[in-house]
Amino acid sequence: MSEQIDRGAVKRVAKLARLELSDAELDEATTRLAGMMAHFADIDALDLDDVEPMTQPYELVNVLRDDVPLETLDHDEVLAAAPDATDGRFGVPPILGLDL
Amino acid sequence: MSDPATWTHEGFEMVVGLEVHVELATETKLFSGSPNRFGDDPNTNIDPVSLGLPGALPVLNRQAVELAMRIGLALNCAVQSCTFARKNYFYPDMPKAYQISQYDRPLNIDGHLEIADGIVIGVERAHLEEDTGKSTHIGGSGRIHGSEGSLIDFNRAGVPLVEIVSRPDIRTPEQARQYVNELRAILVEIGASDARMEEGSMRVDANVSVRRPGEEFGTRCEIKNVNSVRSLGRAIDYEARRQVALISDGEVIQQETRHWDEGDGRTHTLRTKEDADDYRYFPDPDLVPLDPGDEWINTVRSQLPMLPAARRIRLAEVTGQAVDSEAIATVVERRQDDYVVTVVEIGGGAERVLVHVKEAFSEQGSEPSVPAADLAALVAMEVGGELTSTQTKTLLGDLVEQGGGDPKAMAASRGFEAMDTSELDGFVDDAIAADPDAWAKFCAGDGRAVGALVGHVMKASRGQADGKAVTAILISRKG
Amino acid sequence: MSTFQSARSIAASVSTGGSSAVDVVSQHLARIEEREEEVHAFNLLLRNEALQSAERIDERIAAGEQVGPLAGVPIALKDNLCTRGIPTTCSSNILDGWRPPYDATVVSRLADAGAVFVGKTNLDEFAMGSSTENSAFGPTRNPLDTSRVPGGSSGGSAAAVAAGFSAMSLGSDTGGSIRQPAALCGVVGVKPTYGAVSRLGLIAFASSLDQIGPFTHDVADAALLLECMAGHDPGDSTSIPQPFPSLSESLDRGVAGLRIGRIVDLPSGADADVVASVDRAFEVLADAGAEIIDVTIPAFTYGLTAYYLIAPAEASSNLARYDGVRFGSRVEAADTNSMYMATRGEGFGPEVKRRIMLGTYALSAGYYDAYYGKALKVRRLMAEDFATAYESVDALVTPASPSVAFPFGSKTSDPLAMYLCDTYTIPSNLIGHPAMSVPFGAGENDLPIGVQVLAPAMGEPTMFAVAAELERSAGGTHV
Repeated sequence: MSEQIDRGAVKRVAKLARLELSDAELDEATTRLAGMMAHFADIDALDLDDVEPMTQPYELVNVLRDDVPLETLDHDEVLAAAPDATDGRFGVPPILGLDL
Repeated sequence: MSDPATWTHEGFEMVVGLEVHVELATETKLFSGSPNRFGDDPNTNIDPVSLGLPGALPVLNRQAVELAMRIGLALNCAVQSCTFARKNYFYPDMPKAYQISQYDRPLNIDGHLEIADGIVIGVERAHLEEDTGKSTHIGGSGRIHGSEGSLIDFNRAGVPLVEIVSRPDIRTPEQARQYVNELRAILVEIGASDARMEEGSMRVDANVSVRRPGEEFGTRCEIKNVNSVRSLGRAIDYEARRQVALISDGEVIQQETRHWDEGDGRTHTLRTKEDADDYRYFPDPDLVPLDPGDEWINTVRSQLPMLPAARRIRLAEVTGQAVDSEAIATVVERRQDDYVVTVVEIGGGAERVLVHVKEAFSEQGSEPSVPAADLAALVAMEVGGELTSTQTKTLLGDLVEQGGGDPKAMAASRGFEAMDTSELDGFVDDAIAADPDAWAKFCAGDGRAVGALVGHVMKASRGQADGKAVTAILISRKG
Repeated sequence: MSTFQSARSIAASVSTGGSSAVDVVSQHLARIEEREEEVHAFNLLLRNEALQSAERIDERIAAGEQVGPLAGVPIALKDNLCTRGIPTTCSSNILDGWRPPYDATVVSRLADAGAVFVGKTNLDEFAMGSSTENSAFGPTRNPLDTSRVPGGSSGGSAAAVAAGFSAMSLGSDTGGSIRQPAALCGVVGVKPTYGAVSRLGLIAFASSLDQIGPFTHDVADAALLLECMAGHDPGDSTSIPQPFPSLSESLDRGVAGLRIGRIVDLPSGADADVVASVDRAFEVLADAGAEIIDVTIPAFTYGLTAYYLIAPAEASSNLARYDGVRFGSRVEAADTNSMYMATRGEGFGPEVKRRIMLGTYALSAGYYDAYYGKALKVRRLMAEDFATAYESVDALVTPASPSVAFPFGSKTSDPLAMYLCDTYTIPSNLIGHPAMSVPFGAGENDLPIGVQVLAPAMGEPTMFAVAAELERSAGGTHV
């Protein structure tokens, strides 16, 4: 974790996360994130080679559901919440500049 | 392509792997209880999970796991304990902005599929994942490019998919087609999916690269938008040639995703590797691991139906036809082989059954119109010489129309009686007497002359004589 | 100690017709009327709905029906809990005005128990914060001293109970967001065992850490509320299948014979008065018959780092669905990608954006192993260290918050200072253990101090026994 998180990294990450940032926001974020990452270097001291990652705190297995239909949502109620609803579907501007 | 069994172009061979996505035939979606149904009004089969609403949580569909296991076992995979991962990327038809899939530990691994000529294509993995919604693009001739916007329907979002990834073992367009056809036949046989490329319940992407035989693998390109088995062959062929041309010009192949255009018969750049998203896979914390266990796995394995390859072998043995013959392939493909085997078991006549089986199914398609026992009886009469081929065909028509019957009784009521040899001898005597020229020519070695003599016998017997038997008598008389 | 009527007492009175639900609710609404402008506990007040609800309860009771153990109890809901048809915002502009089409499971369960919902409470945006200063709709003020924060992220819910606006409230706790504000506001706050309370309908921040829990005037009320909410939900795959243990017997059990651990290598940083309170707590428990045993938890000190890698990573994925396509606010743009960028850039506050970026970084290609991957391993170490400690003790006691309520703006310039508020609460979230804060002692300006009791998974009975003992000695329970 010795790598410094720099402005370029923050810009790349903001793009990945689809967050538009002003230059001022970008600068501020870089300072703060770099500070935090420096603090997090404390775990580098630990020997973690033989440790299994823990994804879930309470380790369950095989939670399954029967293949029977359950109640669906009300179409009108759902579309009413849409920023742009047309013909019962969700409208979006042209899909460009996106990685498919 | 001159010889489908090999493919080379300017000294290069093609190296192809296929990624096939299959929609599973479940009642409900992979992680929620909305119906898994095609063709309903937009955004009616929806729930918080399918729409990616705040606060929604996924719960895994047991039947989807069952079907995914069937697929894995039918492809000779090892079924293992597995986990679910989030594949993060933004796209309007992706409601959560991540797809729940399997990454580090998929359900099925290390399988294979045998195609013609004993060629075996490796299957790297077959894992579960959810489908996306569907976008329709407005304006701009229906493609994204030049559109005014898009409309999204989330009915399909969350439908269970199994992604089957082959190893790059395919070397010709024909092999690719065979792989897909065989895979489809298996999927249908085990009831996992109806696997129709034209309808989108089976989607095929091809990874294509080229190399001089013996060299390292070249850079590959992924080809998308192949909508039929035929297109698959064409697209692979085009892409391989495109790559060869570039290499021959001294250029480097860019690793990219390309779009197959059926209209102009070419692939076009969709996005390059630099554009490619970083999916940031990580284990989905909302789901727990899946460990099917030996009991479930063994149950699924023992309940697997006989697969197409095994069916072809069985049918070939039973009918004496070559296992890779068209007739065998067709009957198995049409799922009529169980019927043929039953008929033969009842009454023999293996070779004739194959000839009649198509009609026995007539327009019903999946169910035979004629009970196996009745067809067996009919074929026995034909093979035993009691009926001519023509008579048999006529009676078969009757049986189909009536949905069955007693062929002996039906033959009698039509007046189809077997002609015994002395009767036939009599007719043959008359024919020779009536047309001595034809007889002379026949004796002199003119095979065509037999036609006139046989015709005479058929006329005199009002079609009841068996043409083959008559010919046999003439030949033996000739001496 | 609180001077407000307990929920138990309200429910008993309303159920027997001693008081009317309408009167009880009106009383609470009057207090809201008086101080809400100053405190700003609510994003949304449900005045009319609450009165109507109360009326219906009174009608049903008059008709002789059983209404439920929370009959007529006014309850406030943190505004990250989905309430059908009622705006749910997570105190974010990106969800301003959004009405969920479904209820969270806990909301349904409490409604079934006869609760009356008085409003949706303020929080740090998307539950990210420790002071409620990150709300897009303005901060909530600590009712005990309005120049100070109520804590966070469930500041509104804590303040609502502290100010007597509601008899109980629900919060959510991902790194301490119930326990810390409970400590700062002088009320009881509980984070249950992970999986004990369904997360269905809780708008996710960090899926493997989030839990819903109660704020109440006293320990017995917290037990009551938890029993009403907890228990298996088939709609949440991480929901514990076993029945939730009953808690009422624990309340009077006392601590005789219990072994209570003091963590000797606990990170320092707690204010002197907080330390003194915790020391006093150990004395009280020892006097009551518990054995105090020193334990070490070496990994404790790494909790903050692990948390601030895991939580933002999961959040970066959970918050990707806020893209302006299906719900919430949208900033129009010429293409979808630009729409995403602008919608999210404008709709999210700075702290949320920072955490999304941090989380995205921790998961990104090439960094996963170094950051997120490592943090998951630290989590395992933490779990092992706690398991070892619990071989020699039944419960642990630590500070809840390192300090009493702090003035507005005093920690906002240095996020690290704010994050340190969660030092003692974070480990329980990482390993899924229950923990609760009980008012015990006071610090500067007579501001309340909370002592935290921790127990192993599903160890709520022991935890409540210890907490009840602390409460008894701190001034007794109230009626």
